Formats: sequence, structure tokens, C-alpha cells
Amino acid sequence: MNKRLKTLTRGIADVSPLMIPVVPFGIIFGVIGMELGLSPYMTFGMSVIIFGGASQIVLLQLFSGGASSLVTITSVGAVNSRHLLYGAVFSEYLSQLKLSWKVILSYVLIDQAFAVSNIYFRKNKENDFKHYHLLGAGFTCWTVWQISTILGIVLGSVVPEELGLSFTISLTFLALLINDFRKFKNIIVMLVSGVVATIGYNSIPFQAYIIVAALSALLVATLLTLINLKKK
Amino acid sequence: MHWSTIIYCGIITYLTRFSMIFLLKEDILNNKTKKILSYVPSAIFPAIIFPPIFLDSAGAIDIENNPKILASILAIIIGYFSRSIIATIFVGLISYWFLIFVYYQ
Repeated sequence: MNKRLKTLTRGIADVSPLMIPVVPFGIIFGVIGMELGLSPYMTFGMSVIIFGGASQIVLLQLFSGGASSLVTITSVGAVNSRHLLYGAVFSEYLSQLKLSWKVILSYVLIDQAFAVSNIYFRKNKENDFKHYHLLGAGFTCWTVWQISTILGIVLGSVVPEELGLSFTISLTFLALLINDFRKFKNIIVMLVSGVVATIGYNSIPFQAYIIVAALSALLVATLLTLINLKKK
Repeated sequence: MHWSTIIYCGIITYLTRFSMIFLLKEDILNNKTKKILSYVPSAIFPAIIFPPIFLDSAGAIDIENNPKILASILAIIIGYFSRSIIATIFVGLISYWFLIFVYYQ
């Protein structure tokens, strides 16, 4: 088999197991978009234009709370700031590529694709076509995300509001943190963020509670990191 | 919601992914910065999780007879032991439905 195709297929296969939780997440996004009264085109448009599950749900939540567009855009940027880390880690593997490749691969550099391609890149530094792995993994995520958004949009028009599906937003984000429940420092950071957001929900103007809570928690995370470094 | 908000959100999201790949030749973020960036989900997601659970529709803190708190605790326990995203969401949702449709009826 052609090496490009082989690497591409490997990327698709590696990321596939991680797609199982993405499906309900995408459906929830679509359903909530419909429950908030957004048009199907706008809900689907968000999945194509933004393509970042967590930030899209934040966008919906701030929209339903009546936040200004400036606060909304800043919050979305804050949620997605973790991608800076992914880009920095991948820069050494992708620096030889043409700009057009960088432009395309950046669009699909999301959590799941980063997780599997990072492992592959580290083990296959000599493969000249290693970027095909990220292409395969990334566009698999993209396809699954778009299809599950559409499923959610279809279901959203029939699911009754009494089911309280907006609670699934909290549950989904909770589920995304399960790997950090065992880390003591992460739990402190989580509590700071949650408590500041809950207290600040009414008192912080312009629905900026997510930004304020995140910055407070990151400040604590920074302090914890610095204290830890001193000890070593 | 305006399309312009969605497009701006799309641009800023894209830039968080593209900027480092475009600007850097090699990985220059030091370990300290990486460590701090790795806390971003823990620092942001609870700000999204907590308010809808602990606040009632009028925005007041509601701790007594709050089915969302109980359901979330169950979801955390299941998540901690199973490490399964799907199990966490489903246990949380099913216990919430049990509480609101059976227990509190």
C-alpha cells in the first residue's frame, strides 16, 4: 500500500475509538441549539465554522444568558486557548510542510486528533508523510462531529423540554474532566473555578463569570506549578 | 445570535490552532508554560458546570432538594472508577430523571 494512504488509514483507525463519546456530545449540542430556538443552519454552521465542541456549548450557554458578543468571543477564545499547546508541540513535526498543509491541518487540530497523532509523531519521526496521520485523524473527527450535530438538530425538534436536557451540558463537561479527578492540584483548580463562577454568576457584570472564574483558577494553577518547581 | 459572532468565534478558534504551527519552527514553550496550559480544562470547565447545578432559575444558590447535585455526585463517582465519558454522562442523566420523575413526584 502507498505510504501516504497507509499513514492516513492509520490515523483514521487510531482516532476511531475516541469518537464514541463524541457522538452523544454532538447530539447534545444539536438538541440544545434547537431548544434555545436557533435555526438549524446556524447550529450546523457553528459546527463547521468553529469546530470545537466545548467552545460551541459555551457559546450556546452564554447566548441563552444574554451575554454580549465581546464576552462570548473572549470566552470561546479562553476555552480554546489549550490549542496553543497542541500547536506548539506539533510545530517541530510540521515545520517542513508547505503553508497550505499548515492551513488545512490547523482546522482539524482538536483534542482527540492531537492525542493520537502526538503518539504517532513521536514514534514515527522519520516518516516523511507523517502529517497524513493528522489529516486522517482530524477529518474523521470532523465528519463524526458534523453527522452527530445533524442528528442532534433532527432530534432536537422532537425531544420534549421536560427531560431537562440542558443538565447534560454540566454532565458532559464533568465527563471531560474524569481523568483529572485523581490529581489533587487539578481538584483545587476545579473548585476555585466552580465556586468563583457560582458566586460571580449574578454579581459579575456582562456574563463574564466564565472568564473571571477561569482566570482566577489559572492564577491558582500557576501558583501551584511555581511552588512545585521550587520544591524540585 | 448573529452570524458575525459565530464567524469571529471561528476565526479566534482557528488562530489558537494555527498560530503556533505557523510561527514556531520548533517547540519553544517551556515546561512551566505547558504545565499551566494543561490546567486550562480544569480551570474553565467547572465555571460552565457549577452555576446551572447550584443556582435555581432565579439565580439563587439552591442546595436543599436539588436533584442536580445528587445526580452530579453519582456521575463523579462513576466517572472516577470507570474513567468512561459515556458511563459518566448516562449515569448522571438517568439518576437525574429518576429523581425528578420518580423520587420527587
